[in-house]
Amino acid sequence: MPAQAVKFYQVGSRAVGNRLLDERLRSEQANPQRGNALNSGHRACQGCGEALGARYVVDAALRATDGKLVAVNATGCLEVFSTPYPESSWQLPWLHSLFANAPAVASGVAAALKAQGREDLRVLAQGGDGGTVDIGFACLSGMFERNDDVFYVCYDNEAYMNTGVQRSGSTPPYARTATTEAVGPEPGAPIGKGKDVPRIAMAHEIPYVATATVAELHDLEAKVERAMSLHGARYLHVLVPCPLGWGSAPADTIKLARLAQRSGLFPVFEAEHGEVTATLPIRDRVPVEEYLRPQRRYAHLFGDPPRTDLLERIQHIADRNVARYGLDRS
Amino acid sequence: MKSKPFAITLDIKSSLANHTGAWRTERPVYVDRWPPCSAACPAGENVQAWLYSAEDGSYETAWRRLVADNPFPAVMGRVCYHPCETACNRAQLDSAVGINSVERFLGDEAIKQGWQLPSPAADTGKRVLVVGAGPSGLSAAYQLRRLGHAVEIRDAGAQPGGMMRHGIPTFRLPRDVLDIEIARLLALGITLRPDTPVTDLREAMRGFDAAFLAIGAQLSHRAYIPAGQSARVLDALDVLGQAAGGDRPRLGRRVVVYGGGNTAMDAARTARRLGADEALVVYRRTRERMPADDIEVEEALAEGVRMRWLSTITQVDAGHLRVERMELDDAGVPQPTGEYEDLDTDCVILALGQDVDHSLVDNLPGLEVADGVVQVDDQMMTGYPGVFAGGDMVPATRSVTVGIGHGKQAARHIDSWLRSTHAAAEPTRESAEYGQLNTWYYSDAPHAVRPRLEAARRTSDFGEVVGGLDEDTALYEARRCLSCGNCFGCDNCFGVCPDNAVIKIDGAHGYAIDYDYCKGCGLCVSECPCGAIKMEPEVT
Repeated sequence: MPAQAVKFYQVGSRAVGNRLLDERLRSEQANPQRGNALNSGHRACQGCGEALGARYVVDAALRATDGKLVAVNATGCLEVFSTPYPESSWQLPWLHSLFANAPAVASGVAAALKAQGREDLRVLAQGGDGGTVDIGFACLSGMFERNDDVFYVCYDNEAYMNTGVQRSGSTPPYARTATTEAVGPEPGAPIGKGKDVPRIAMAHEIPYVATATVAELHDLEAKVERAMSLHGARYLHVLVPCPLGWGSAPADTIKLARLAQRSGLFPVFEAEHGEVTATLPIRDRVPVEEYLRPQRRYAHLFGDPPRTDLLERIQHIADRNVARYGLDRS
Repeated sequence: MKSKPFAITLDIKSSLANHTGAWRTERPVYVDRWPPCSAACPAGENVQAWLYSAEDGSYETAWRRLVADNPFPAVMGRVCYHPCETACNRAQLDSAVGINSVERFLGDEAIKQGWQLPSPAADTGKRVLVVGAGPSGLSAAYQLRRLGHAVEIRDAGAQPGGMMRHGIPTFRLPRDVLDIEIARLLALGITLRPDTPVTDLREAMRGFDAAFLAIGAQLSHRAYIPAGQSARVLDALDVLGQAAGGDRPRLGRRVVVYGGGNTAMDAARTARRLGADEALVVYRRTRERMPADDIEVEEALAEGVRMRWLSTITQVDAGHLRVERMELDDAGVPQPTGEYEDLDTDCVILALGQDVDHSLVDNLPGLEVADGVVQVDDQMMTGYPGVFAGGDMVPATRSVTVGIGHGKQAARHIDSWLRSTHAAAEPTRESAEYGQLNTWYYSDAPHAVRPRLEAARRTSDFGEVVGGLDEDTALYEARRCLSCGNCFGCDNCFGVCPDNAVIKIDGAHGYAIDYDYCKGCGLCVSECPCGAIKMEPEVT
C-alpha cells in the first residue's frame, strides 16, 4: 500500500496519529498500548490540562526508557487528584513526600539507584508551578547545580489551583487570582514580577532545558525523548491550561495552549548547556487579545471601556518573546 | 484487615474504582454528518466515503462505493460540472478538493483494470420498460437490474448514450470511454433495443409491470428572428450531433452563436475546431446571469471564443446580422434600448434551449404536462400509475448528473411500487458545516490542477482537452479531503482525553467513549479535526 508514497496532507503531522501514517510517525498517544501512566478515575476537573500533560510526558518517558522509570511528585493538584489514599491513578513506581522537596527526593532516588547499580532505571520528578517555581525552588536549583541525573517536569498552570487559585511566581501580569484581585488601576497580578524558570534553569547551564504545551503533542514527545537520551539534570516546562483557575471552558484547554504559543506569550524552545538550540516557530500568529479574551481571569481587561493600555503591555511581552526567540519565521 | 492498624496499611487500590462518568452533564457522541459535497451532488454520491477508500490506495473499494450511486465514473469525471467542488468546505481553507478529477482517475482505473459492476440480485420476475437510453434511462436500468428486475431499454437512436453521445463534444468526452461504460452496464443483462422509437406507450408496455420514461429534451427551442433568404441559421444540437458523429459541417470563418447555456459554449468551441477564426457568443443578459457553467465559459474564452453580453439578434442576412443592445432593468430583465449594430458573420448557430417532445405521453390519461415538461410526484411517478419519468423531460436542472440522479431515485421508487411497499425515506443526516471543523490540524495544500492541453493546440482538433491525474496526484488530491463530519481515524480523540476515556477499537468507527470515566469536558469534540463528534445533553 503506497501509504507514504506521497506527502501526507490531510492532517499534516499535527494530529495525534492517523490511519494513513506509518506507525513510527504517530505519537505515543495514538498507540493503544501506550503506558497510560495516569489512568482513568482520577479526580482532576473536566478538561484538566495538567492531567493531560502529565500523561503525555510520562507515557513518552516510559516509551523512551522502555518502562524503566520511577516518578517523584511534588505536592499540588497533580498529586492530590491522582492519589487520594489508598487509591492511585499512577501505573508506574511513584513517590510523594513534601511540597518543597520533590527535586531533592528525586536526587536521592537517583543516588540510591546508582548505589545499587540500577542505573538502567531512570528518574522523573514532576510538580506544578507552585511546587517548582516557588516552594521547591531551592531544591530544584540545588539539583540543577549538582547536575543530578533527574528529569524534572513542571506543569505550569500559572497559579496555586489546588488550594483555591492563589498567585504563584508563574502567574502572568494582570491575571486575576484569589490573592491578586481585579481591582484598582493595575488590576490582577503585578507586571514585572514573577520568574521565568526555563531561563533560570538555562542559567545553571544544565544539559537540557525545554518548554512545551499540551497543544503540540509531537513537539512535546520529541522533547521528552531528547531529554531521556541525555543524563544529568534536565528540565521541561509544560504549559497546561486550567479551566478552573483561568475561567475557561473545559473544552478549550488545548485551544488556549495553542493560542498561548501562537500569540507569542508562551515561547516554545529547547536549550542545551545554556544555549537555545531550537524554537518552535509560530504558525499563523494571533494578537494576545485572542488568547486572553476567552479566559475569565482577564475579563477585567475587556470591560467597558476595555483596558487597551494594559493589553498593549501584554502585547509588548509577546512581541519581546517573538524577537528574543525568533519565533516569527513566516 | 481487623488485625491491621487504621489507615496506613490499606492495600493500594486503583482509581478505576472511581467512576468519574457520574460528573457528566453532557456526553460526546460520534456522528456521521452529511458533507456539503454529497449534499450538492445531484446523483447523491457519498463522496467522502469513496475518497476515504481512495486515500489509502484502495481504488477498487473506492470505485465500488462510487458506482453504487453512479455507474459512469469515467464519463462523469469528464463532463460533470461538479457542484460538489463548489460546495466543498476546503474552498474556505485554500481551494476545493478536486473531487471530479479523482472520480475520473477511479473511472479510468476501472477501465484499465477491467473492474465489473456488482452482480444483480436474484430475479424478481418483474419487468420494467425504460424509454430512452440517455444518462437517466441507463442509470435507472442499472439500478433496477441490480435490484433483480428484468429491464428492457428502447431508444430511438442507433446507439445508446443520449445527450452524452449527441450533445457533448468529443473533446470533452471521448466516445470510447462512453462506449466502455455503457457496455459494462448492459453486460449486467439489460436488453437494449436501439432504433426502436416508442410511439404508443400503452401498447409498448404490454408485458411490462412498470415503465420509466427518460426521452430527454431534444427539440431545439425556436425564437422568431427575421432572416433573409440566403442567411445561414443552424441549430446547435445539429451542429454538435454532426461533429460528434465525425462530420465537419461547413460553418464559415465567422460564426455567431446565439444563447448563453452550456450548449452555446459547446457549439462555439466546436465552431473553433471546425475552422472558424472568429466565434462570437451573443447573449441577451450578463455573464453573471448566464446559465452556462463557469468552467465551460473559462475554457471557451481560453480557446479564443469571444462573448457579447446584453445583446439580442434582431435580423439575420447573408454575411451579416443586426444586434440590439439591451439593458437590465431593476428586476434584472433585459430591456431593448433601440441601439443597433451590424456584425459580419457567415452563419448563426441557435442555442436557445431545448423542449420536450411529449407526443409520446399526450394520450395517457392522468398524465400532466405543464410548461412543456412532464409532471411527476415526489415518487417520480407521473399521473398514470406505473409510469415514472425523469431526466430532462421533468422539471429540474438539465445535466447529465441530474439525469443519473433521477434514474437512481426513480429506480428506488419503481422497486417499491413493484413490491407494493413504500420506499423507506433515505435517513436524513445533519449537515457537516465548515464551522464544526478544527482546521488547525490540516496542512495547507493547494489543488492539483489537471493538466490541460495548450489552448492554442486544442482548438485545432477534437482531442480531449482536460487530461487525467496520475496516481500520485490522484492520491494527493484524495488526501486533501477534510472528511467533513466523518471520522477518518486521526486518533485525536483518543489522544486528547485527559481521562483516558476514549477507547480505540477495530471496526467501522475506530473509537468508542468509555462513559464510566468520561467527565464530559468536550475536548475530544473541540479537537476533532472533522467534526465527527458532538455533545449531547445527558439524560437525567
